[in-house]
Amino acid sequence: MKTLYDKLWDDHVVHNFDDGTSLIYIDRHLIHEVTSAQAFEGLKLANRKPWRLNTNLAVPDHNVPTKNREVIDDPVSKIQLETLDKNCKETGITKFDIFDQRQGIVHVIGPEQGASLPGMTIVCGDSHTSTNGALGALAFGIGTSDVEHVLATQCLVLKKDKNMLININGEMGDGISAKDVVLNIIGKIGTAGATGYAIEFSGNVIRSLSMESRMTICNMSIEAGSRVGLIAVDETTLDYAKGRPYTPRNNEWDHAVGLWRELKSDNGVNFDKVIEVDAKLIEPQVTWGTSPEMVISVNERIPDPTEIDDAIKREGFVNALNYMNLKPGMRFDEIKIDKVFIGSCTNSRIEDLRIAAQTIQGRNVSKNIKLAMVVPGSGLVKKQAEKEGLDKIFIDSGFEWRDPGCSMCLGMNPDQLQSGERCASTSNRNFEGRQGPGGRTHLASPSMTAAAAIAGHFVDIREFK
Amino acid sequence: MKAFKTFTGIVAPLDRSNIDTDSIIPKEYLKSIKRSGFGPNLFDSWRYLDKSDSKNQNTKRQLNPDFVLNKPPYDKAEILLSRENFGCGSSREHAVWALSDFGFKAVLAPSFGDIFYSNSFKNGFLSIRLENRDIDMLFDASRSSPGFKVIVNLEKQFVQIHDNEKFEFNIDDSLKNHLLKGLDDITLTLEYTEKIRIYEKNRSKITPWLFREI
Repeated sequence: MKTLYDKLWDDHVVHNFDDGTSLIYIDRHLIHEVTSAQAFEGLKLANRKPWRLNTNLAVPDHNVPTKNREVIDDPVSKIQLETLDKNCKETGITKFDIFDQRQGIVHVIGPEQGASLPGMTIVCGDSHTSTNGALGALAFGIGTSDVEHVLATQCLVLKKDKNMLININGEMGDGISAKDVVLNIIGKIGTAGATGYAIEFSGNVIRSLSMESRMTICNMSIEAGSRVGLIAVDETTLDYAKGRPYTPRNNEWDHAVGLWRELKSDNGVNFDKVIEVDAKLIEPQVTWGTSPEMVISVNERIPDPTEIDDAIKREGFVNALNYMNLKPGMRFDEIKIDKVFIGSCTNSRIEDLRIAAQTIQGRNVSKNIKLAMVVPGSGLVKKQAEKEGLDKIFIDSGFEWRDPGCSMCLGMNPDQLQSGERCASTSNRNFEGRQGPGGRTHLASPSMTAAAAIAGHFVDIREFK
Repeated sequence: MKAFKTFTGIVAPLDRSNIDTDSIIPKEYLKSIKRSGFGPNLFDSWRYLDKSDSKNQNTKRQLNPDFVLNKPPYDKAEILLSRENFGCGSSREHAVWALSDFGFKAVLAPSFGDIFYSNSFKNGFLSIRLENRDIDMLFDASRSSPGFKVIVNLEKQFVQIHDNEKFEFNIDDSLKNHLLKGLDDITLTLEYTEKIRIYEKNRSKITPWLFREI
């Protein structure tokens, strides 16, 4: 009997080495501008060519401005973007350029284009590649040396992870989203809770979630320490994959579906670790500190480090409270927000924008908010949102409606927090300085973040009328 | 890649857990398209009191006198001592390049982020997992004898304070051999070219859509 991870692994073994590692074949390599330049350079220096061209898909996302992108002011960003252009031209790798409607965040466009499909191995020089695992694919982030390795050989030398099952059952309450579920899990098991494991998410909650919500959950696997987040293929997966530009068609589709239906863990198979989550206990989540595991429900008070027994953890809490300029016992409705960011590979797909728009419709962004921005995950998400009139709802409320990219999730482009600014964000990391040096990040779901823009502070979305 | 040799170096204690790769090298400094030059911005937001801009060079910035790497002899440290989950977060290999560029050759911690751990070995840089009690003892040593040195012996898998305590560590044979021999991973994989071609041939029959033009 095999787990889904075992099956995907076994399907891609080219060779098993004596030392316990395996040579694993990579079906899809997604490329962006930040982690690829040195890999292309290495390839060139060694006088090597890409092993296979038609496995690679490149897109600029981290550095691209989200407005006036004709002019890139930062000379260093510009060099990085131009270097990706040059490398793709020289090698012949397909790239969506910044004015292509298909451009967007690499982990949004992979599934959107059908470039990420069930049963594949998918890698990218980016830790949030796990997003693609929602399709029943073995998808994980790699460093630049491995980017070069994949370009040169189409393979990676890997040691297999252990298997972890996270079962999420029960009924999610009103206003609770996939983001709350995954933040709650990270809070429970910690940012190293799944290090060394491939996580499979299952249970009736997962089965009932849309593909986009499943992507939100797999996206944040790395925030629990795991490179790999997986969800078994079901009708939802097949419905999502069907008819996309790179999805197989006609007879080939039928053949693919036959194979993909097997992409689930065998009944009764043993996992190295199993975690049970009761969905009905999950409340709207907000992070208070500088690690995604520093998360509480919106109605809880900011924790008191003196109540922590473990000395190292206590000091971590003290550091985080200082950095975030918070005091133990504070409530979220006392903590004023300066900026609001709706976007990132975690929450920038059409469903995220719909729920955010629905939350704010007919209301105005609070006066204490200096900037509230929506950054769609791709040009196609943006187009769809505009077709539905969501852009008008955001703009009428006082949000800025931007062009697609990673934007203020990590602020490599001009969208950044100033030192001391506090942001409600739908992104995935609240590390020190992540959204700008000295910036303070609170992670939450799209509806919670949208409501915070209106109220000027976080509120319980279930009571937000 | 250079072969990893036994060496003796100064240990710099950085007593924090969950040090993420954003802290090791903030995103403002990821824009170089080279592998070198990241050292001056290692732990940038902890190391400097002022922000950098394109005009002010790092050498003219105001150092945070309280940060360990700004206090001699730690500015010459070759071994970093830290806590759980070192290098968690982003996959940026720049984190390893920044540590190496500063002069570090190894990090000692109870546990590491998976991607950082894997990246480090690709750059001849050693991430050593030690038991929590050993890490505690090393932190104690850093308080009682600041600037102490340890010997890092990869071949025999131990870290030793002079002739005193010896801390053994575990490491996968494959990682150890690659580092000791300074092997080039790509060259090794290309020895399996024939097997990769056969795999592709078989797979293109089963899943032809994976081999279409993109």
